[in-house]
Amino acid sequence: MRAARAVALLAASLAVVACQSKKPEAEAPAKAAAAPAPASDKVLVGHVGSMTGSEATFGQSTDNGIKLAIEQWNAKGGIKGKNITLRTYDSQGKPEEAAVAATRLIVNDKVNLLLGEVASSRSLAMAPVADGNATPMITPSSTNPRVTKDKDKVRPFVFRVCFIDPFQGTVMAKFARNDLKVDRVAILRDVGNDYSMGLADYFLAKFKELGGTIVDDQSYKAGDQDFKAQLTAIKNKNPQAIYVPGYYTDVALIARQARELGMKQPLLGGDGWDSSKLFEIGGKAIEGSFFSNHYSPDDPSPRIQEFVTAYKARFGGVPDGLAAQGYDAAMVGFDAMNRAADGSGTAIRDAIAATKGYPGVTGIITIDANHDAVKPAVVLEVKDGKSSYVTTVAP
Amino acid sequence: MTEFLQHVVNGVSLGTIYALIALGYTMVYGVLKLINFAHGDVYMAAAFAGFYIATALGVRDHPTIGKALAVLVGSMAAAGALGWAIERFAYRPLRNRPRLATLITAIGISFLLEYGFQLPSLQAQGRTFEEVLRGWGWAVPGWLHSLVGVLPSTFPPGPTPRFFPEPFTRIDWTVLGGVHVSNYDVVSFLVAVGFMLLLQWIVYRTRFGTAMRAVSFDPRVAGLMGIPVNRVISATFVLGSVLAAVAALLVAGSRPRIDPIMGLMPGLKAFVAAVFGGIGNVPGAMLGGIVLGLAEEMVAGYTVSSFRDGIAFAMLILVLIVRPEGLLGRPTVEKV
Repeated sequence: MRAARAVALLAASLAVVACQSKKPEAEAPAKAAAAPAPASDKVLVGHVGSMTGSEATFGQSTDNGIKLAIEQWNAKGGIKGKNITLRTYDSQGKPEEAAVAATRLIVNDKVNLLLGEVASSRSLAMAPVADGNATPMITPSSTNPRVTKDKDKVRPFVFRVCFIDPFQGTVMAKFARNDLKVDRVAILRDVGNDYSMGLADYFLAKFKELGGTIVDDQSYKAGDQDFKAQLTAIKNKNPQAIYVPGYYTDVALIARQARELGMKQPLLGGDGWDSSKLFEIGGKAIEGSFFSNHYSPDDPSPRIQEFVTAYKARFGGVPDGLAAQGYDAAMVGFDAMNRAADGSGTAIRDAIAATKGYPGVTGIITIDANHDAVKPAVVLEVKDGKSSYVTTVAP
Repeated sequence: MTEFLQHVVNGVSLGTIYALIALGYTMVYGVLKLINFAHGDVYMAAAFAGFYIATALGVRDHPTIGKALAVLVGSMAAAGALGWAIERFAYRPLRNRPRLATLITAIGISFLLEYGFQLPSLQAQGRTFEEVLRGWGWAVPGWLHSLVGVLPSTFPPGPTPRFFPEPFTRIDWTVLGGVHVSNYDVVSFLVAVGFMLLLQWIVYRTRFGTAMRAVSFDPRVAGLMGIPVNRVISATFVLGSVLAAVAALLVAGSRPRIDPIMGLMPGLKAFVAAVFGGIGNVPGAMLGGIVLGLAEEMVAGYTVSSFRDGIAFAMLILVLIVRPEGLLGRPTVEKV
């Protein structure tokens, strides 16, 4: 039913786009309303993000990070003397909308660089569009390996500035086994989500390799209201921790329902947890749980503190990992455009691929042959309604 | 054993929600022979009505029983009004057309509500509701003025989920050595059973119920006998929608995420529950809801959880093959 509706919606959206009458939903209208200047004196950057929907804070944070990067570059005189302009379209948290938005940005708006999405399932919908139109795309925080790699072939125009799921899943498995010293873990994964499935698989493999036991492997669908059936089954297997690599709204509800069933185990998760909403909704239920992330705002190193201060001054509030990733993605893109021989997609692509040792907020970024960044991950604990730094795990 | 009992508690708690929604389906079907596919979305709209009222009253910070009742009554009123409007403006003009036309309209209304609620809010658009009405060329009369002003500026809610404040404090009891039951589960179950009995009483013991059954039997003849057919049908829709509002608040109170497509799956499942119990039959809807909730819970708990819906629905198909009229339905003889 859902799929049938998605197809209908996609068809409708395409029809609307074809008529060129649909207005940008996000914050772009003011900018979009102005007639696009000739490409020669302006650099146009497109961002597809979930500005609304179940993962709304992902898109909003990333967009803020990108804006900050653009403002800093423009203050320095832009890229080769050209000002950078941002155009953001909302994916509403739906892969089909993300594909439509990417097509609009590339075909209609003719952006020089495409940024987005946070969620792997949405980036996977955008990647073929970027590739097919030879427009370089950098995803800030999609960690599923297939985003940059189509079967065995590396997608020529798609890059990421974050680590990938095999690493993130491994980090949590190592942390659970070596630091938390647990033997028995249950998994609760989101079956409809490429990101969640990937993390769960890699966690499972590594945790078993380290001598632990996976006592149960349950699943849910994003948007479910009731998780008690799975949680009751898990409870009966008596694990010491539960790995829930989902997104924050579902995770917060899972945490609440687990506590309602009298389960006291810590939950473990990935960067999909990183949202202030997790603490707001989860409240006491999520306290004492751990998740892997791209960076910690508590890190005292000057590069990070400079970013945190600038972000706070501009938007108020501490930047989450996705804001930092958005900032880094934009920065890596601009740095590459500055180095590129000309403004063509191929030249920018080559420059991004040649990125080496770029000092990003979330770590030193070097793009490898698979178009992924190799970076350390941090583990954060939920404490007193916010996340606090526990440890860093190197690749 | 503890695990099994916990599954039973969870399943019944889920099933009562399906049952309350299924009652609305079954009543409308019983009277009009129409599957009101927009029913699940009335349930969603009721949850949002409750959310806006709760936000306006500040339930999140200071929940009291009085406020909880105000939210319940307000949400029931809003859902009732929506149900009435859907029947009056979408279904009534098509009542004497082929049944398929009404069915497709029902699906259309369902989409309208689901995607209409996902539009950016008036606040995000920088307009008030009154300005929108004026933009459509509708003057807002003076007495309506205050009513329109009540509509929150954050309407429509957009696709971002909202979190429903707890209407009353949650208390968890541990019984029988480890089974967790909360006051929400108990209240939901009692409310659902209470409404079912009330409905049964209305249908079989009141003048209105007699009129309803007469309209269900043959609307034209009922009209000739002096029964106000339109009023009876409107009241049926209002009653069904009010029950959906009760279900929505019971869900939102304990599982606090609400979003514009939250009515899709519960609506479909409640429809199946109604068919399963024998569509048009009030206790059947209740039984169907509970059985479906339990089936889902047991499948998810004891087998692979991603087969939850698949196996639950497959079971229903099997039952319907054996008893096409549903568990408590009366077999109908096809007139030739």
